[in-house]
Amino acid sequence: MSAVAVEDVWKFYGDYPALRDVRLEAAPGSCLALIGRNGAGKTTLLRIIAGFSKAQRGKIKIHGADPRETETRRQLGFLGHGIAVYDELSALENLTLYGKLYNLKDPHQSALEWLERTGLERVRNGLVREFSRGMRQRLAVARAFLHEPSVLLLDEPFTALDDRAIAVLQRLLREALAAGKTIVMSTHQLREALELATHVALLSRGQLAYHGACTPEMVADPGYIYARYGEA
Amino acid sequence: MGFLRQVWVVTMKDLRAEIRTKEAINASLAFSIVILLLFSFAFDPTDETMRGLSGGLLWIVFAFAGTLMLNRSFARELPNDCLDALVAAPIPTSALFLGKCLANYVLVLAVELVSLPVFGIFYNVHWARQIPELLLVLMLGSWALTVIGTIFSALTVNIKLREVMLPMLTYPILIPALMSAMQLTTALVGGTPINSDTIDSLKMLVGFDVIFTAVSLVLVETVLVG
Repeated sequence: MSAVAVEDVWKFYGDYPALRDVRLEAAPGSCLALIGRNGAGKTTLLRIIAGFSKAQRGKIKIHGADPRETETRRQLGFLGHGIAVYDELSALENLTLYGKLYNLKDPHQSALEWLERTGLERVRNGLVREFSRGMRQRLAVARAFLHEPSVLLLDEPFTALDDRAIAVLQRLLREALAAGKTIVMSTHQLREALELATHVALLSRGQLAYHGACTPEMVADPGYIYARYGEA
Repeated sequence: MGFLRQVWVVTMKDLRAEIRTKEAINASLAFSIVILLLFSFAFDPTDETMRGLSGGLLWIVFAFAGTLMLNRSFARELPNDCLDALVAAPIPTSALFLGKCLANYVLVLAVELVSLPVFGIFYNVHWARQIPELLLVLMLGSWALTVIGTIFSALTVNIKLREVMLPMLTYPILIPALMSAMQLTTALVGGTPINSDTIDSLKMLVGFDVIFTAVSLVLVETVLVG
């Protein structure tokens, strides 16, 4: 069974079809890089997979189940454009809050562990509004990984990250892949993404232009996939 | 995690965030006191006049001050896309909604409980003659305001003019509850306990709360996810 299955999905914004009959899947333990130009529909597709938005036609299955089912949501980790942590709360309070919402056994202890893994243990009681951008991003990464999701959905995860946060994220993604977790990430930073990706899906104006294995040609030349399958 | 515990986690998160920033409660409290002060210049504060106006005046102030508070309820989740993370969490959206309602309820009641003595001082009214019944009406009316305000706060969260849209959507639906609360409050501030003349208003208030809480709990998933 696929970890993520997108079955003939259509999404309209008014009359405009943002996604047109998209069909793809990601096997357990694979990393699917979702690429495409701005406005191609990558974020829309990720939001539908995450269950934040509904497709007008077609279905999404996460391990065979609807993404809005409670048990399915427990298996999903989403890292979007926003950091999804509260400025008025401390780093520890934020992670403990999400730990409670995900019903972790010991939310406080899990929060402390992830603050340590992301290098934020010294500022654990500091309010997020006082954090630098890099620290906020590392906290967002900790928030997405906190509940050990089996499927990670990452929307342009490397954009605007500082060097340290990129290193932390790449290490965590490699560990996740090694542990058999599934990653679906949209990105414009092909070099970083294709180093991790086992599969690639190219979206062009809401349609799937390519979906298949990540080949050595793609890794060697990140522009190859656009030249071969993308828009002129 | 049980449903009530999930509700509690969301409530405490919202209250903690509000207590840290005080942005909604300060605005709401200041607004209600200023309006009470301004109206005290407009009316001759004799006992008789004010007893007749008390219910209407108080509930208009509570409704306006309340929407200032309720506007922030879901808007608070926007700056860092926190709403996505809450919707993604494995808790029912009804727990999320009820948690937010309870946090708003506490804050709205706090503003009302500060406003009441201020009203008594500015208008020279002995408002505390039927205090248990008055508190009951305050609690029922505030829950109506909170439930309707919170569900419309969720509905309008992504609209640019949400500060304008929320009162426009909320007040017309609140009319039955506000009318009942105004009638009951006028009678209670005047020293008349709830009797056969006003019991229907109390029933209306209870019915409104039950029906709109149930409807909101059913609709909130559609409102937040589509």
